[in-house]
Amino acid sequence: MHHSERRQFLKLAGLAGVTFTAGLFPERRAEAQAGDFHFVQMSDTHWGFKGPPNPDAEHTLEKAIVTVNGLANKPDFIIFTGDLTHTTEDAKIRRERMKRFKEIVSGLNVKDVRFIPGEHDASLDKGEAFKEFFGATHYTFDHKGVHFITLDNVSDPGAKLGDEQLAWLAADLKQRKPDDRIVVFTHRPLFDLVPNWDWATADGAKAIDLLMPYQNIVVFYGHIHQEHHHMTGHIAHHAAKSLIFPQATPGDAPKRPPPPPFDASLKPLGTRDVAMGKAVTITELPVTKA
Amino acid sequence: MKRRVFIALLVGSVAGGTVRLLAAETGREVSVAASKFEFTPDTVKAKVGAPLTFVLTSLDRIHGFKMPEFGLRTDIIPDKETRLTITPTKPGSFAFFCDVFCGDGHEEMAGTLVVEA
Repeated sequence: MHHSERRQFLKLAGLAGVTFTAGLFPERRAEAQAGDFHFVQMSDTHWGFKGPPNPDAEHTLEKAIVTVNGLANKPDFIIFTGDLTHTTEDAKIRRERMKRFKEIVSGLNVKDVRFIPGEHDASLDKGEAFKEFFGATHYTFDHKGVHFITLDNVSDPGAKLGDEQLAWLAADLKQRKPDDRIVVFTHRPLFDLVPNWDWATADGAKAIDLLMPYQNIVVFYGHIHQEHHHMTGHIAHHAAKSLIFPQATPGDAPKRPPPPPFDASLKPLGTRDVAMGKAVTITELPVTKA
Repeated sequence: MKRRVFIALLVGSVAGGTVRLLAAETGREVSVAASKFEFTPDTVKAKVGAPLTFVLTSLDRIHGFKMPEFGLRTDIIPDKETRLTITPTKPGSFAFFCDVFCGDGHEEMAGTLVVEA
């Protein structure tokens, strides 16, 4: 059985939610695992949103920050995978929301906090405001032997990476060895999750083709506001819960339905801790400590 | 109004039917207007085997029109008329939606093609 197929959903005591052992570096030599670490993925905070899908919208992000700050083992870094703010056509309000979002997340007790945009942040101005507040919309970084690539599939309002970014990705990957450990962050799914709901990236297949020769790749994304796991060949794609409101189960209806009524008992919101070791271990975290 | 006509140069078989460019097969025309955040009308009827041409216009900004089951998409640009012809090959309901992010409400901008036998 392929390691990635061994899903183990384990209830953990205390703070931790559900652990999903993704096991996605199966080809990597054991001696190369030195420097294992963990990071936290936070996604789809939609700062500025108000409405019945989240009656506690003004406080959810702050509560999640308290929870992440309370983790027994501090993460090496935290990444927000897009839709930091809720969309607005008013450029001034967009910047006010980004400013306030940035102030709130400055409360995280981790120094290394990274961001990528979602369509709500970047699609109406091609990422202009996002760049002012958070820097580049796609970039790479290396940490303890793992190469991280962030992709921007939202600054183009047609949900494309675009030829220029794909060429940039190809050039970066050429510098990698086939068994390098690589993690990709993106907002929208790179694969066609539900084409009829536009849960896809228009040219995402081209990116997956570029990634496919590399044996140890895992993708983390947001956009769909729920935990979801999918394989394209040997590449695992893990969607994160949001911090604002849940979305319908993928493919539940021919047309994408509106967000379902908020039901706190379902614990629809949260963040996740990702441990990078011999396997990639995902632990879903609730907004507030139980 | 300044109107430029665009005809999709598409021919092929897809899940929901065929997409054609031949003028002789454009069949019935249905005008669909896109605006934030709706298509008017949002339900279009068609018959299996009968060509149907969408005549797409935008009332405000660039929108998209995508029908994955027909392998079909186009931008809809203000002051231009965009035509797409399909020939459904099976009955059913098929979604179409805007795939160019256009603001708060974009996610709800969708419609349905109902194909009758």
